[in-house]
Amino acid sequence: MKKTQKKSLWADAWKRLLKNRLAIVGLVVLGLFIVMAIFADFIAPYHYAEQHLDKTFLFPCKEFLLGTDDLGRDILSRLIYGARISLQIGFVSVAISVAIGGALGAVSGFYGGMADNIIMRLMDMMLAIPSVLMAIVIASVLGSGMGNLMLAIGISSVPSYARIVRASILSVRDEEFIEAARLSGCSDLRIILRHIFPNILAPVIVQVTLSMALAILSASALSFLGLGVSAPLPEWGAMCAAGRNYIRGYWYMVTFPGLTIAIVVLALNVLGDGLRDALDPRMKK
Amino acid sequence: MSKQLEIKDLYIDYHTDDATVHAVNGISFSLEQGECLGLVGETGAGKTTTALGILRLLPKPQGQYKGGEIHFNDIDLLSIGEEAMRNIRGKGISMIFQDPMTSLNPVLTVGEQIAEVVRNHEKCSKKEAQAKAKAMLEKVGIPAERSEEYPHQFSGGMKQRVVIAIALACNPEILIADEPTTALDVTIQAQVLEMMRGLKEEFHTSTILITHDLGVVAEMCDTVAIMYSGQIVEYGTLEEIYDHTMHPYTIGLFGSILDLKKDVDRLQPIPGMIPDPSNLPPGCPFQTRCPHATDRCRQENPPLHAVGGSHTVRCHLVEKGGMA
Repeated sequence: MKKTQKKSLWADAWKRLLKNRLAIVGLVVLGLFIVMAIFADFIAPYHYAEQHLDKTFLFPCKEFLLGTDDLGRDILSRLIYGARISLQIGFVSVAISVAIGGALGAVSGFYGGMADNIIMRLMDMMLAIPSVLMAIVIASVLGSGMGNLMLAIGISSVPSYARIVRASILSVRDEEFIEAARLSGCSDLRIILRHIFPNILAPVIVQVTLSMALAILSASALSFLGLGVSAPLPEWGAMCAAGRNYIRGYWYMVTFPGLTIAIVVLALNVLGDGLRDALDPRMKK
Repeated sequence: MSKQLEIKDLYIDYHTDDATVHAVNGISFSLEQGECLGLVGETGAGKTTTALGILRLLPKPQGQYKGGEIHFNDIDLLSIGEEAMRNIRGKGISMIFQDPMTSLNPVLTVGEQIAEVVRNHEKCSKKEAQAKAKAMLEKVGIPAERSEEYPHQFSGGMKQRVVIAIALACNPEILIADEPTTALDVTIQAQVLEMMRGLKEEFHTSTILITHDLGVVAEMCDTVAIMYSGQIVEYGTLEEIYDHTMHPYTIGLFGSILDLKKDVDRLQPIPGMIPDPSNLPPGCPFQTRCPHATDRCRQENPPLHAVGGSHTVRCHLVEKGGMA
């Protein structure tokens, strides 16, 4: 017999994740952005709203590493502070949609029948509306502001979670071990949370990383429309939009915020892929 | 000895879009404390349905009770609420499934899975439950330190041991074993049966052993019920069934297994197939395959005739004193 494993599921998954280099790169990049967001006050060379009206439209130079925008604000500092907003929006809105969508999907997949029909038809109705449009509608009803923005984005991606959770539950619901769990006297809630949930974690985690990226993008879109984060706050998407007017002469104003978004999104996706492989104990060697 | 489980005239149907399948048709039997009952029959005879029916775990919404009563320690299982039923499952009546490969949750350690049953039924801390799980593993012959491993790290025979440990963790009064050794190879089968017998004696658990292996029955059981087409066609003690076989179907079953003492060229299988349970013929369900079938068999289904002791047989021929 090989060495007995005394690690928990998570410790085990962590070990397997460490073997996946790409996923670790993603994790490190994401970690860097989180650190940046937390310690923005110390890292950023300038305040995000500090204007240098004598130094507008500067190309990257020693004083301003990534250049300045039309109001002479340091782009690097704004990107660093922007991490706060974008990551917060990403995490919170995804948490909202996972909680709501997961619960709805679980009920509909586990119980089936009428409940399933009603919930899934409602979700279909929501899916018929493009999610950005949906978010715009919700955000305009709720009014602007960070909290409402997150709520709007979260609600607009509820249907995709409900669908994924439902489909995954359907695939394990009729397994014999679920029947065995029922046989040992487990209640429905316990079966869902303890027996089914760990089995369907993988697709949910992949979806989380993907939609977190999407949430960051939607937040930018909404901010651009004036429904999200308001003016002086540095939001990556909004910075892209603002730099759009000057793209011919001053390419760096759009490029750096865009690159930042791309890097974060890529890091999230790579990490999600790695997590999916690591979290499945059946893949263990 | 008291009657622990009593089933009276149980009927179970499966409703599908195309047809109604009569899976269990008027089954009655009882189980006494410490008794081991063998439920024997071929695939589709309704053995598993009967077992699931006792635990009220029929697939919903297809499976439906059409009549009958199930009493467990004088509790009417068909009339109590879901909550009360949950307390009986695992603690009062427990079950082992046929296939250990699929009846363990792949993402929980075996220790957690055993501890869970304990936590469901006994008020104790997580630590106590885990200690009990380890003790249970030792009892089924698996080192306690393997409790933190996942099901895929175990072999088939060991998984079945884990499943048995889960089923016995709360010391149930009745254990229903649904073909517990079918998925295992012969040497492991013998080990598992040996272990089950030991545990049965240790815990004084009454057992319903579902199988199609008459050899296993002979080794384990006190009483035997032969099922055919959702009915019990012959019931009696081990000796009555094995030494005074009466029903043509049971005779056919014995004729189709190897006897080391007799020199035969070919085994005698029972000709034909089990009748379609969604379209049962009138009269005796075995008439189509029975070598002694008469016109009467095609018209009326024979009642259970008592033929001395606890031995009962569902066949018209018994009235005339045996096979013609």
